[in-house]
Amino acid sequence: MKNRISRWLPGAGAFGAAFLLGGCQLDVLDPMGNIGQQEKSLIILSTWLMLIVVVPVISLTLLFAWRYRATNTQATYSPNWAHSRPVETVVWAVPIAIIAVLAVITWQTTHSLDPYKPLTSSRKPVVIDVVALDWKWMFIYPEQGIATVNEIAFPIGTPIEFHITSDSVMNSFFIPRLGSQIYAMAGMETGLHLIADKPGRYFGESAQFSGAGFSDMHFNAIATTDAGFKGWVDQVRHSGRNLTNANYSAVAAPSEKVPATYFAQVQPGMFDQIIAKYRGKAMHFNSGMKAE
Amino acid sequence: MLGKLTWADIPFDNPIEMGAVLFMGGVVAVVLGLVTWYRQWPYLWREWLTSVDHKKIGVMYILLALVMLLRGFSDAIMMRAQQAIAHDGAPGYLPPHHYDQIFTAHGVIMIFFMAMPFMIGLMNIAVPLQIGARDVAFPFLNSVSFWLTAVSVGLVNISLAIGEFAQTGWLAYPPLSELQYSPGVGVDYYIWSLQISGIGTLLTGINFFVTILKMRAPGMNYMKMPVFVWTALCTNVLIMAAFPILTVTLGLLTLDRYLGMHFFTNDAGGNQMMYVNLIWAWGHPEVYILILPAFGVFSEVVATFSKKHLFGYAAMVYATISITVLSFVVWLHHFFTMGSGANVNAFFGITTMIIAIPTGVKVFNWLFTIFRGRVEFHTPILWTIGFMVTFTIGGMTGVLLAVPGADYVLHNSLFLIAHFHNVIIGGVLFGYVAGFNYWFPKAFGFKLNETIGKWSFWFWLSGFYVAFMPLYVLGFMGMTRRMNHYDNPAWTPWLEVAAVGACMILVGIVLQVTQIVVSIRQREALRDWTGDPWGGRTLEWSTSSPPPFYNFAVTPHVHALDEFCDAKERGRIAKHTGAYEDIHMPRNTPAGLFIAVFAAIMGFALIWHIWWMAAFGFLAMVTTFIVRSCNDDIDYYVPASEVARIEGEHERAVALSLANARVAAAVRA
Repeated sequence: MKNRISRWLPGAGAFGAAFLLGGCQLDVLDPMGNIGQQEKSLIILSTWLMLIVVVPVISLTLLFAWRYRATNTQATYSPNWAHSRPVETVVWAVPIAIIAVLAVITWQTTHSLDPYKPLTSSRKPVVIDVVALDWKWMFIYPEQGIATVNEIAFPIGTPIEFHITSDSVMNSFFIPRLGSQIYAMAGMETGLHLIADKPGRYFGESAQFSGAGFSDMHFNAIATTDAGFKGWVDQVRHSGRNLTNANYSAVAAPSEKVPATYFAQVQPGMFDQIIAKYRGKAMHFNSGMKAE
Repeated sequence: MLGKLTWADIPFDNPIEMGAVLFMGGVVAVVLGLVTWYRQWPYLWREWLTSVDHKKIGVMYILLALVMLLRGFSDAIMMRAQQAIAHDGAPGYLPPHHYDQIFTAHGVIMIFFMAMPFMIGLMNIAVPLQIGARDVAFPFLNSVSFWLTAVSVGLVNISLAIGEFAQTGWLAYPPLSELQYSPGVGVDYYIWSLQISGIGTLLTGINFFVTILKMRAPGMNYMKMPVFVWTALCTNVLIMAAFPILTVTLGLLTLDRYLGMHFFTNDAGGNQMMYVNLIWAWGHPEVYILILPAFGVFSEVVATFSKKHLFGYAAMVYATISITVLSFVVWLHHFFTMGSGANVNAFFGITTMIIAIPTGVKVFNWLFTIFRGRVEFHTPILWTIGFMVTFTIGGMTGVLLAVPGADYVLHNSLFLIAHFHNVIIGGVLFGYVAGFNYWFPKAFGFKLNETIGKWSFWFWLSGFYVAFMPLYVLGFMGMTRRMNHYDNPAWTPWLEVAAVGACMILVGIVLQVTQIVVSIRQREALRDWTGDPWGGRTLEWSTSSPPPFYNFAVTPHVHALDEFCDAKERGRIAKHTGAYEDIHMPRNTPAGLFIAVFAAIMGFALIWHIWWMAAFGFLAMVTTFIVRSCNDDIDYYVPASEVARIEGEHERAVALSLANARVAAAVRA
């Protein structure tokens, strides 16, 4: 029994590793933008560093357990050996050394990958305001004056500057192939900077459970050329519908599996209003209640 | 009259829930029926329900944990089945309303009502015996703790039949858990079951902290305490420091939901992230509350079955203490994606990694305990070696998640799910099952069947890898947790493999139950008369199995670390010849049971807004407590003659069994 499984487990491990290295459809390890690429390198570097200690520990565990089995009377037996300064020095020093290196890497990458940090680029970033709703994503392009639900587009090679909030419960805004995610929270604004290098249609989702319709809270993230982006903006502008304070509540009402929807014009300042309405209530509790 | 409660709250239209209700109700009815049929109520009442004996309370805790393991696992395998079939437009068999309750209940039950009772049960059985005490410091409080936990288990399971459970995830983040988004009673079931059991846990923390500090046998200074006692001490410090945070956090959520306050709401100045910070300020220490005693079990098991002193005892103690302290400064790593600044995230990332250092040292110490030992492959050491391999992988993925830059893409993904099951199953559960197999003969006087135990281990181990390695891959594929259905065909094969793994774990669990049943049937063959079936090293093995209710006829004096082993080696074990002394013992009492039942009535009434009943439950609970406090007749002395009689009887039984064994051997020859 034991032998059969110990023969079989490394095989399964090798199969898994082969699959991983084959890289087929592993979105996070097949990034399409600079942030995602840095995060992938970070994951791989950290893993290698830790394997320096993990591989010996696992091998020695299996080796020692086998070598010092009770039936093997050939092996040395030292029942009272319970302390050794050299061994204890090594077992403290090795993890300390690895964690020290990892800590330096962590400090640096946490700053370089700070979601709020603007990306250096010669091109002006595209600004997208993101509002998490029950259970869809609303996007406002303040510079283009357009809005969409469950679809965004942006030109490749151009930084994208997301401003993120929620008009419902907490969600997490995440496009796995581009990199970092960040929470969307009502009454608060978070920020995220991403960039795409290759054109494509990427899967976007909420990574934070948000209630009954959560599983379908997806959006398309279309990375395209400058011309393609212009064409997409024009298409949105010609959709014929506008997003105003009047019909916002209909858009925001809970709904599931919402298809991509375009709004040719959006009432200016809507994103700030969505955030401010919770803050307003904080300061003017009674009037805030009335406004409901 | 009945608050919000109506007939419509009973899910007659949901065949899966009703099936579960009928099944669980049926099992309870059969058990109660059998107890009645065999007229065992007086025995049950006298020996168990009113008992303040730490060993019996420990057994009841573990029984509770095993039953809840079955419940929590049913939730798990239902989720795996749902995700294996609900793809490409198929809705699966669990609609979101039901599925969301299941994943919430799975987390709540496995952490609060499986792992915690299992851990506290093991502490109950082992700690007083290991320190040479006759019971815990506050035996009545121990009974209160247990019953508060037990009735909370009842509340959670009643939510299946009456109303609903929370659909928020196991930590009930607001604003989703606020009245606006969760108007039903689900979150209220969550709040009150955790509040009631949380008080029980806090009392346990105080109880065992005082027990370990004040009740150690003469001569047992801190650096002569068994490692399990050290880890239990640190765990109880963590309980005392962390559980009040949970109580307050849930209390504030309660005020939001019941009195319209705004601590964590979106509006009126509420801030959901205060809840998230607070709940993890409890939640991260909580995982160390669970894992430290498991580390303690592994330390005992690895030394006992390697037939060696534990390598680096002092380092093990200091590592445990540093983990205890550090566990309070890492909570933010659960939400790097909140949007805090780089300095904050880097700080918490690095403090988290630092915990890997003492943890790594522990693994190396176990490794070097095996080195130059004579490893006897009994069931507990298999779980230990399985742990050392599995936990190391889980530790590695944990450190990876502690790097904020990596966490930004792995947070809330199935990679995270795989990681914490890797440490909770591979660390906590493996440790508890090792402890269960290790101390079972001490608690019951016979060993567990090792053949079945080992088969169970191999199914658990391989099932774990088949069930959770695919989840790591799915995390890299961008699949987030808690999805009811999905439309990415690339995910499906991995989820199907994971479902197969869950079935393998199911076999492991069935074998565990079989192991217990078969061992009870074979108890005469598995009987251990020596009290020391494994060649143990610590004091619990120096008394008989099961120990007499007073544990030790004569209080042991401790001269060395691994006192019992030292005594055996130096021939210090002498048959007690002198007279015995009267032994001071606590009286049994039903007060703990009553207090808990009234607490449950109060909790149920608060969930359903049945205010008169809540007032009744509260007043009855407080009154019981006051009445009990006024009772001075809470202890008694076992006369020395009675001790001599019990000890003599045991000696005769041992002698008779040895004679019988000799005769049997002679007949065979």
